[in-house]
Amino acid sequence: MLDLIKVSKTFFPGTANEKKALNSINLHLDPGDFVTIIGSNGAGKSSLFNAIAGVFFIDSGAIMLEHRNITTLPDYKRAYDIGRLMQDPMKGTAPSMTIEENLALAFGRKAHKSFFALNKRDAAHFRELLARLDLGLEDRMKTRVGNLSGGQRQAVTLLMCTISRPKLLLLDEHTAALDPATAEKILKITMDIVKESQITTMMITHDIKAALALGNRTIMMDEGEIILDIKGEQRSNMTIDELLAYYYKERKKQLTDDRMLLA
Amino acid sequence: MTLLIGSIQLGLLYAIMALGIYITFRILNLPDLTVDGSFSLGMACAAVATISGHPLLALFIAILAGALAGLATGLLHTRLNIHPILAGILVMTGLYTVNLGLMGGKANLSVVGNDTAFSSIESMFLTRGEMGITLLALVICLTIIVILAMFFKTRLGLAIRATGDNEDMVRSSSINANLTKCIALAMGNACVALSGALICQYQNFSDVGSGVGMVIIGLASVIIGETIFGRRSVTIGLLAAAFGSILYRIILAFALKIDMFPPYALKLISALIVIIALSGPSIKAALQQNKFRREVNSHLSDK
Repeated sequence: MLDLIKVSKTFFPGTANEKKALNSINLHLDPGDFVTIIGSNGAGKSSLFNAIAGVFFIDSGAIMLEHRNITTLPDYKRAYDIGRLMQDPMKGTAPSMTIEENLALAFGRKAHKSFFALNKRDAAHFRELLARLDLGLEDRMKTRVGNLSGGQRQAVTLLMCTISRPKLLLLDEHTAALDPATAEKILKITMDIVKESQITTMMITHDIKAALALGNRTIMMDEGEIILDIKGEQRSNMTIDELLAYYYKERKKQLTDDRMLLA
Repeated sequence: MTLLIGSIQLGLLYAIMALGIYITFRILNLPDLTVDGSFSLGMACAAVATISGHPLLALFIAILAGALAGLATGLLHTRLNIHPILAGILVMTGLYTVNLGLMGGKANLSVVGNDTAFSSIESMFLTRGEMGITLLALVICLTIIVILAMFFKTRLGLAIRATGDNEDMVRSSSINANLTKCIALAMGNACVALSGALICQYQNFSDVGSGVGMVIIGLASVIIGETIFGRRSVTIGLLAAAFGSILYRIILAFALKIDMFPPYALKLISALIVIIALSGPSIKAALQQNKFRREVNSHLSDK
């Protein structure tokens, strides 16, 4: 459903700071795939997401979503089909607007036609969705999002990303800024939503154990290239140590950085 | 009494400009300096149309002209990536020539002797017109507030509010943030120009320089309103801005009346009001910090 064909992007070309963020990436995703992505800092994971979401235009290659060429489509037009969740809980919501208003805005095209953005039928729908989060937010729909905690905001953002049923969901370390208990909860909610709505998903994570446990496919990136792509039996038999050993053999360096969780 | 009624009338008419400022400064969170130009633009359009015998059409022409001025600023900012403050100054500067051109190259134009919205309402009332004028100003002001308050509850209105809040979120909700910015700037300047047109008909003349400092006067009104009502919902914010405008005019009228200041001090006073209002939070914080420091010091000296 998603095809990247020889996608390349270089930042600051021709200067001393030249950085090849994506180096001729080829990737094919099947409908319903849940791909986890690992790699050290600067490996090109977020650049990959930025390219897919249209934050910047790529230098060469093509991006196809369900056989439609979206390579030159601006980001807000791609957003109809691509939902994205960032690491920073502040980025996905409008803080001075209420939960209800945020959801209404994200619901957009799929909402019931009405003069005012808020209407009873949609509100009932939002209430039901919020209740499923089990955070008590269904009784606080008139609360400004700015007054919520990071975890609550990320949960609302997750709903906003998935409420209009996008074809592809991009999760960019969306639990990394939360405390462990909240992170676990948000991750569980994510898995439930993805499972229920069958959205094709890509998730960047620094937690290698989770990367191998969640989803059906794992990709390892380094220096703008995909250096490992495993699924099925090969993946279920893979251990963390083997993964690290593979990286060392391929790249002659250790796959570590300060944020990487190895166990 | 006449002074008070006059201030309320002026306050209600200038309130529409304050609403425009509220849209761009507070809702869109974008300092728009087009306002100085679009206020005079509204005046100039209204003066010319009123002289040609179309006092009501004059108001609609002013709205349209103001919207175009705002759109120009929006396009400079979004299409050509010019900093919004600079984009506003560029349009404002350009409008100076446009306004002079509209008024036939003259710096001011009198509409005395022509029918205006206010003279027609005066002839409808049997008694002396003051009451009629106040009512007309009130009705126009309230109508605009109701329209705006309703608009900001629609999906497009919500998108504009979110644009001022978190542009990334708007884009990821598949809304073109550049479009919402342009619409908000057009709306804001349409309000400002309408206010200019009404002021022109109210005082029976148009002056190319009367837009100078309007941004500050509008901002002062918004801030006075917020000081009294607090920063809450958009509807309350709009009402507060209008109320602030009236209060501003009353304060100003009495300050000038008691000969505390010469009439030309008007703009300096406006600037001072805005400075005091804007510095409020940091002064408050500094005072608290001082109090805390004194308490800590006295505890230390106790022991």
